Amino acid sequence: MIRRQAIVLLTLVGLLVATYLWLYKIGVLGELKCGTGSCEYVQSSRYAELFGLPVALYGVAGYAALLALGLAGLQPRFAADRRVSVLLAAFATVGFGLTLYLTAIELFVLHAICRWCVASAVIMTATWLLSIADLRRARATTP
Amino acid sequence: MKGFYLLLVAVAAIGGGVLWYGSQRQAAPVPSGPVAVAAADGFRGYTLGSDAAPIEIAEYSDFECPFCASFATVQMPVIRTQLIATGKVRWRFRDFPLPTHAYSRYAALAAQCAGEQGKFWEMHDQLFTNHQWAQTGKNPRGLFRDLARGIGLDLDKYDACMDSQRYAGRVQASVQEGEARGVKGTPSFYVNGRPYQGRSASDDFKALVDSLTKKHK
Repeated sequence: MIRRQAIVLLTLVGLLVATYLWLYKIGVLGELKCGTGSCEYVQSSRYAELFGLPVALYGVAGYAALLALGLAGLQPRFAADRRVSVLLAAFATVGFGLTLYLTAIELFVLHAICRWCVASAVIMTATWLLSIADLRRARATTP
Repeated sequence: MKGFYLLLVAVAAIGGGVLWYGSQRQAAPVPSGPVAVAAADGFRGYTLGSDAAPIEIAEYSDFECPFCASFATVQMPVIRTQLIATGKVRWRFRDFPLPTHAYSRYAALAAQCAGEQGKFWEMHDQLFTNHQWAQTGKNPRGLFRDLARGIGLDLDKYDACMDSQRYAGRVQASVQEGEARGVKGTPSFYVNGRPYQGRSASDDFKALVDSLTKKHK
């Protein structure tokens, strides 16, 4: 249960980060608070869009789905439900894959780092590790 | 478990509040992020006019600056006709993106990437003519790409150039050159290397150029 709680908390923060980047992308926020990073540059690059939609919007959708799944998994009737663990692991794996791709783009193509993207990458990686641990536990306890 | 849900609500409320506050408040311009400075490649700015022109005017300009846009759209066409096309003046454009403008450096890179394909002045004109991007505070990336497409740039090459910040070193070198010359604001002009203190009006430039060309004769 503690893993799912951690997933819920992490994905809530991730949802806030992704929403922040998405609001910037659609012009609701005029600037990004980035300190010494290259957020504007990364967010202005062509890689900040995927299939015509802002990458941040995929983040909003992905984190929202993980958050909803995590919250469902905390309910007593789903607490021992392996399907929740499988879905969490599946969604988190897709998110983790996208995170790896985007981080590689930052490091090796753009040569620029966006702090908010790094924050999201850390959150997604931790979520993925926790979801895998949750899946392993679910397997171990399945009769 | 109740404490956990309270924590979630608190995080959501604080985060949501911060986002709401950020969306309500008018964004103040902040400096663009620092750009990795490549070694200067010796580039000294795009020019208009004859190499044999007796007078060179260097303009230090910022694509996001409204005065620069006004100058480029109102005064510059007259200067091009009366002074540049007639062979009296060679005009040199130098980037001086001000740190208070969020996207001016990005715009400078867009113009340089257009220049790589031989269309610097076309992009220069587009950036200043379609200057609404500088007033909205919104991310102008899409608009710049549209402008690039509009002037016939190869978008794959343009994207590759922008993504790699290929000319960040040039822009930074231009800024450093301007600072060394004492540029404080934009647009600033140097006529044959001397700072020009007059009005940014085509008539004043013409009068100055006429007086200087008489001396040359």
